[in-house]
This record gives sequence, structure tokens and C-alpha cells, in this order.
Amino acid sequence: MKLRDVLEIIEGKVITKNTDLDLEVSMGCGADLMSDVLAFTHEGTLLMTGLTNPQVVRTAEMAGIHAIVFVRGKVPPPETIALAEEKGIALLASKYTMFETCGRLYKAGLPSCGLFEASLKSWREFFGEV
Amino acid sequence: MTVSSRAPAQKREITRLQELVYELRVQDAMTTKVITVTPQMTMAEFREVLRANRISGTPVVEGGRMVGIISIEDLIKALAAGELGATVGEKMTPNPVTLYEDEPLVHAVGKFSKLGYGRFPVINRQGDLVGIIVQGDIVRALLRRLEIEYHEEEVRRYRASHIFEDILADQVTLRFRYNVVARDFVRAGDASSRLKTTLSRLGIDPRTVRRVAIAAYEAEMNIVIYADSGELIVEVDPTRVHLLAIDRGPGIPDIEKAMEPGFSTAPDWVREMGFGAGMGLPNIKNCADEMRLESTVGVGTRLEVVIYL
Repeated sequence: MKLRDVLEIIEGKVITKNTDLDLEVSMGCGADLMSDVLAFTHEGTLLMTGLTNPQVVRTAEMAGIHAIVFVRGKVPPPETIALAEEKGIALLASKYTMFETCGRLYKAGLPSCGLFEASLKSWREFFGEV
Repeated sequence: MTVSSRAPAQKREITRLQELVYELRVQDAMTTKVITVTPQMTMAEFREVLRANRISGTPVVEGGRMVGIISIEDLIKALAAGELGATVGEKMTPNPVTLYEDEPLVHAVGKFSKLGYGRFPVINRQGDLVGIIVQGDIVRALLRRLEIEYHEEEVRRYRASHIFEDILADQVTLRFRYNVVARDFVRAGDASSRLKTTLSRLGIDPRTVRRVAIAAYEAEMNIVIYADSGELIVEVDPTRVHLLAIDRGPGIPDIEKAMEPGFSTAPDWVREMGFGAGMGLPNIKNCADEMRLESTVGVGTRLEVVIYL
């Protein structure tokens, strides 16, 4: 899915300058915990988050995430935008909640990023599945 | 030019342009195909030269030597005075101001703004005319160079990735050191960011780079959040990346507990930033092939991570 499709589906706005709307995102992840983002995402994930501090951009940089959607109409502070523009990471804004933003994209065919093996371990232990 | 202190990217670009006018030489920007006229030509013939070549001025050359410069302004004056039959030699400016081909481009910028001329002939150190430069040439040369530099990251990556082949030794280890400033949440991640760029340039597989970057970033955040000061020391050899995160700080009383996913002692302000959920150390462990954590309460913590290439 291209960023221009994402924008249309979530009725969103572009925040960063020189954003490449032809950028492809292959899966989505909604998270406000940056460690979860680092643990569960893959290269090319679209991140939905309600946090707007510069560490969100740093996290994206480390995880190889090229585009971030801020949900609930949140607008990031200038230092976050400046860092994103420096690192070439696209910032988008959605006025919908995290749930609805993710839901619209999932419904339109954007799959979820896979679960990390390690997190499934505790699931299997608790529920006794293989 | 005013530069906002809030736009680091823009600031760096401007500095790079400023550097470029010192790095580039006049010969990098000048036009080498110079149209010239002789002093014996009439102003009417000169007008034809300007029109045919779509230029606005030329050096005047006699017997292989430059004797003057003449421009469209001289032609307009001659037209107004009804002197199209006069010779170029009579209407030209003799002994024009020139630039040397090996001068830095910034000298040309300075002369254009100081003297207000439209063009300067360019000569070599022997005094031969080798080119001509107008202000537009300077802008074009700068843009061209910036365009080239944009692609240069790839070249840099290529060069760096050959470093292990280029260095002749039985064993080569590269060592990088990054200082981490405690409780500075704006700069937090800067060390890991620079490390990630460096490792990419070394040509290391992107998936491996990502694992190192995530481990380094979590380690860096731990130093920023909990310690008083610290550093990341990274050693790379052809077989592995070795990451050492050392800090001076309160230390970890119970390492086993700290390694449990979800266990955290982070204060609320850290949690509000999206960190401190007790996933940092487990994340590092998941990225690492080997991990060692040692800590002394009241002294500090030493985290060692090895990732094989």
C-alpha cells in the first residue's frame, strides 16, 4: 500500500516536507510503547502512535520504519518534525482514534506486523498450546 | 541569511553550500568554450556575435593575447551614440579583471558582488585565456555538486565496505566510541543513530545492522534514563559486532528480575515517553547472539552484546 492510499483511507494530512507519497508500506503496527515497536515491527512497517516526542522518530529510524501516523488529531512538536525531515521519515496525521485509524487500514488490506517469537512463548506457556 | 536554530537539517545544508564555494575552484564552474572577438571587428559585427551565440559579452583577443572585454552594455551605448561602425577596440574595457582557474570559487563570488560585473575571463597561471564565468555558472556548479553528493552516500558505503580487504593485517578490528549524556531525552538515540549509519556504510547486512541498532538504542536509552553518564563502545571485525554499554550510576540490584519482560523501575516521566515498560533488556537479549550483564549497586552497569555477522 502506498502512502497516498493510506492518506485517503484515514482521511489524513501530511506533516513533513518533501514526503514521498509513492512510498510503499507493507504492514502496520499500532503502539504507544516504543520497546514494543522495536520488538515487533519489521523493515517497511507503518507505525500508528499517539506519542509525538522525538524518540518516536528515533525508534522508527532504528527499526527501519519509514512512515509514522499520529492518531487522535495529535500534532508533533517542531523538534520531532525537524528530526523526521533530517532522517527522511514521513510523518502523517489522522484525526481518528488509534482503533479507527488501524481499523480503516486493516479493512483496506494492510496486514498487521507479525508477532515476535519471544512474545508467543508466554502465550503458549499460559494456554498450553504448541 | 537567517537560520532557525530549530532546523538542524537546513542549517547543515547551508553550511555545506558555504563549504562548497571554498572547495570548488573557478575551473569547476567556468565555461571553457569561450567565444572571442578581435579589436578590429566593428560594433555591428560584435552585435551579430552576441545574437548568434546568445551571450551578453566576450573577451577581446588579439594575437592569442587577451586585450580587453566587451559587453552588451558597450553595444547599447554605441547604438545610442550611432557608432555601430566603431571598432571593438575603441569601445572595449581594456585590461579586464580576471580570475585564475585554480582560485576557490568563493573569490569569484566576492568579485561579482564587489565589482558588479556580469562576467570575468578566466586565465591560467601562464596568463592564457582558458574560460569565462558568469554568475549563473556558480549556481549551476553548486547544484551539480550537491546532486553528486546526494549519491555519494552509496560510494561512501562502497568504499567503507572494502576496508577489511584494504587493511593488510592478520586481524583487523574497528573500534567506535560514543558518549551518552544522561537524562538528555532530545539527544537520546543520537549515538545509536550514528552507529547505525556507520555499520551500514561498512556494508553489513541490513537485518544485522537493524539488530545491532535496536540493541544499542535500548542500551543507550537505559543509560539516558537511569545512569549519571555512560558510553557505547563498539568493535567490529569481519566475524562479529561487539557492543559494550558502560555506565556510572545506581546499578541494578537484581539482574535476574531486571531481565524479566515487564519488570521496570522507570519513573512516570519515562513511561510517558513510551519507554520504561520493562522490555528494554528482553529486547536486547532477543537481538543478541550473546549477552552479558554485570552490575554493581552504587557503581554502575556493564552490558556486553555480541552479534555475529
